[in-house]
Amino acid sequence: MNETVLVGFREQIIEAGKQNRALSIAGGNTKAWYGNPSPAPILSTKAYQGILDYQPEELVITACAGTPIAEIEFALAQKNQILPFEPPHFGEEATFGGVIAAGLAGPARISTGNLRDFVLGTRLMDGRGEDLSFGGEVMKNVAGYDVSRLMPGSLGTLALLLEASVKVLPKPAATLTLRCMSTQTQALKILNEWAGQPLPLNASVWIGQSTEAGELTIRLAGAHAAVASASQLMCNALGAKVLEDSEANLFWLNLREQKLSWFTVLVNDHALWRLSLPANCPPLKLPPEFKSDTIVEWHGQERWIQGPANASTAAIVTQLALHHGGHATCFHNNGTQSFERFTQLQSNPLTLGLEVVQKRLRHSFDPFGVFTTGRLP
Amino acid sequence: MNAPTTSAEILALQAKQAILVNALRPLLAEDALLWQPEDTIPYECDGLAAYRKMPLAVALPETEDQVVSILKACHAMQVPVVPRGSGTGLSGGAMPIEQGLVLSLAKFKTILQIDPFTRTAVVQPGVRNLAISEAVAKYGLYYAPDPSSQIACSIGGNVSENSGGVHCLKYGLTLHNVFRVRAVLMNGDVVEFGSMAPDSPGLDLLAVFIGSEGMLGVVTEITVKLIPKPKLARVIMASFDDIEKGGNAVAAIIAAGIIPAGLEMMDKPTTRAVEEFVHAGYDLDAEAILLCESDGTPEEVEEEIARMKAVLEKQGASRVQVSQSEAERLRFWSGRKNAFPAAGRIAADYYCMDGTIPRRHIATLLKRIKGMEIKYGLGCLNVFHAGDGNMHPLILFNGADPDEWHRAEEFGTEILEACVELGGTITGEHGVGIEKINSMCVQFGEHERELFWGVKAAFDPARLLNPDKAIPTLNRCAEYGRMRIRGGKLPHPELERF
Repeated sequence: MNETVLVGFREQIIEAGKQNRALSIAGGNTKAWYGNPSPAPILSTKAYQGILDYQPEELVITACAGTPIAEIEFALAQKNQILPFEPPHFGEEATFGGVIAAGLAGPARISTGNLRDFVLGTRLMDGRGEDLSFGGEVMKNVAGYDVSRLMPGSLGTLALLLEASVKVLPKPAATLTLRCMSTQTQALKILNEWAGQPLPLNASVWIGQSTEAGELTIRLAGAHAAVASASQLMCNALGAKVLEDSEANLFWLNLREQKLSWFTVLVNDHALWRLSLPANCPPLKLPPEFKSDTIVEWHGQERWIQGPANASTAAIVTQLALHHGGHATCFHNNGTQSFERFTQLQSNPLTLGLEVVQKRLRHSFDPFGVFTTGRLP
Repeated sequence: MNAPTTSAEILALQAKQAILVNALRPLLAEDALLWQPEDTIPYECDGLAAYRKMPLAVALPETEDQVVSILKACHAMQVPVVPRGSGTGLSGGAMPIEQGLVLSLAKFKTILQIDPFTRTAVVQPGVRNLAISEAVAKYGLYYAPDPSSQIACSIGGNVSENSGGVHCLKYGLTLHNVFRVRAVLMNGDVVEFGSMAPDSPGLDLLAVFIGSEGMLGVVTEITVKLIPKPKLARVIMASFDDIEKGGNAVAAIIAAGIIPAGLEMMDKPTTRAVEEFVHAGYDLDAEAILLCESDGTPEEVEEEIARMKAVLEKQGASRVQVSQSEAERLRFWSGRKNAFPAAGRIAADYYCMDGTIPRRHIATLLKRIKGMEIKYGLGCLNVFHAGDGNMHPLILFNGADPDEWHRAEEFGTEILEACVELGGTITGEHGVGIEKINSMCVQFGEHERELFWGVKAAFDPARLLNPDKAIPTLNRCAEYGRMRIRGGKLPHPELERF
């Protein structure tokens, strides 16, 4: 069955190549709003699904791109294991391939690592319709260039992801969520200080207005004894309170899926921006047309802001992120104007020389431009 | 190997050398360009001493500007360049090219910045791996990847090889511990991969750059991630009367939801060899010894040690000892850390392999290696990172006997092919270099290798930076003869065969 599906993929790709047409790869179609819009016809991976291999003692799962991510997480949960980077789904239909191609990670990313860190191997179909395998199912593998790790975040612009092997981890023995009020400056300081100590700090989020006290929520995860002693320390330092497990789990899920009211209330003609920043970036000074409260995750390294959805605001946000040593992405555009969603390589002199490298790299994967949808510049 | 033999070849090489030296001399301090054989001979090989070649010249720049000028000059003259760190690599990745320049980064040894708040250090590529941890120890931080050569190997070399170490099961490889790499491309462009932010615009080129064996760019600066030093570490030493039981115990620990800080295994011949060397009190009757480390807060370590001990006992360990002090922990580790010199005591030479296999096949591979010992008439010590299935068989031979070296090479190749067959890889952490380039033909098909060349060409279209390493050409694989056969079809039907 799956072989027939692959033949179909190959035919679609070769045909598109012959006609100089691009194909937009989609799985569950849950993240079509992410990245630059593309009018290209869809190549759907949904038919190519199934978990191919899962050996809990190997800490690896291998599955087809079209497999629902929920199915994968369910299989892992049966064996008390997790995808440590806590990927957002953004819809029930989300697929394994879509999650990898989007490359996004959830609250735990700051302590466990990014999605790409966990990708061990991939099977791809390139723009010629060739079926290729890179990496494998083992943790340590330095044979050849690490092509598999180019796939996360590539938004389907390099090759069609067919299968992937991803490292998984045991579910932490204990988790605990604490909450308190704090200014953003105070929160950034203490979170980064704690991150430099052997504490089971797993995730953090601060929500509020930059100059006032906001709500700081911290998740601890690890061995029982470590979580208990860290919780004591943090409660004493911040006057924090422990959240009930059910309330805490729902909160982190809603944060990851952007279902907190802060995210869901996005006015017309405004956009949601994601800023990826260094740990020492101070609270951002935003122009008045921006929503006054922000969300600060990953101990300050990921920040969410809302502002007008237009090219001039995009330029302001990009400059702000670049000024602080990071970059910005227009994550959700609730407006009608179209503008580039991502910070471009040419906007920084130190990545300027990589533009041609990236172009040539894409060409070697995809000489006929089948995947050049522009979703990622 | 392939040394120029005719006088015409020698003259041509000398002429090339003169042109190169004349072009580079104005760019460097007088003592920073070497071309006399007595000066360049220390650079003829890296840690894989069996493969040697003399370069045209060796450049030792001190600044990034000099690196840029050297690369631009070589690019203009079409002279290949082999970057080199400390020269401790075990796969010949820094072996010179006769027609080329060796670009040593040995003078780039400054730690530029340490920032305890962001838990990062900015270092030059020639800084030794261990020197980073030593410099940041006062902040309670360290740099986690710890290849066995960490007292000597450079961080730039680690980036090029994606080095691992004893603790990478829990703390990851170089890839997981580097935020940013600054490099000069072969055309002289200075670029940065990654940043201090958690991700970067565009494709994730940092991921493909790390582990690229010096073929995509010359590293001039690295921002590494520092992590809090655990308050305590303790190790369990467990004996097994059967190698299979040892292998199963490794899988059982992981299946129990434990990620040990280190999980290493030694077979009986290794234990005997190292015991004579370090006198650590190893169990000499055991067929396999497992070293299983826990680190963290004292409470965490106590909890984890108890759980690991229970698993090991249930898996039939014949003896279980837990280190009671830091001195005892180091003593338990001393044999594992000294396996290589111990091998050097019992044989004239040893050849270290580096394949990785899924953990569940450890016992299978060890049994196969036993058979190969008989087949090739050579002994083999097995010491490895069991937690991540990264095997380091040490094949013992006498290099003075060409036949023994030849058999050792064949033995090694067969081990690597067995690793691929068992679902693993030919190299876990040492890199392909020149050593395993033929085995790449076994692990990857023609189209994969073609794409690797595409990656190479994206960064270095002229193929001047460390060429002829890591990625075999179509012709090389055809000549090698051992090729991956997919779907019963012989690859390269277009090529003539004998």
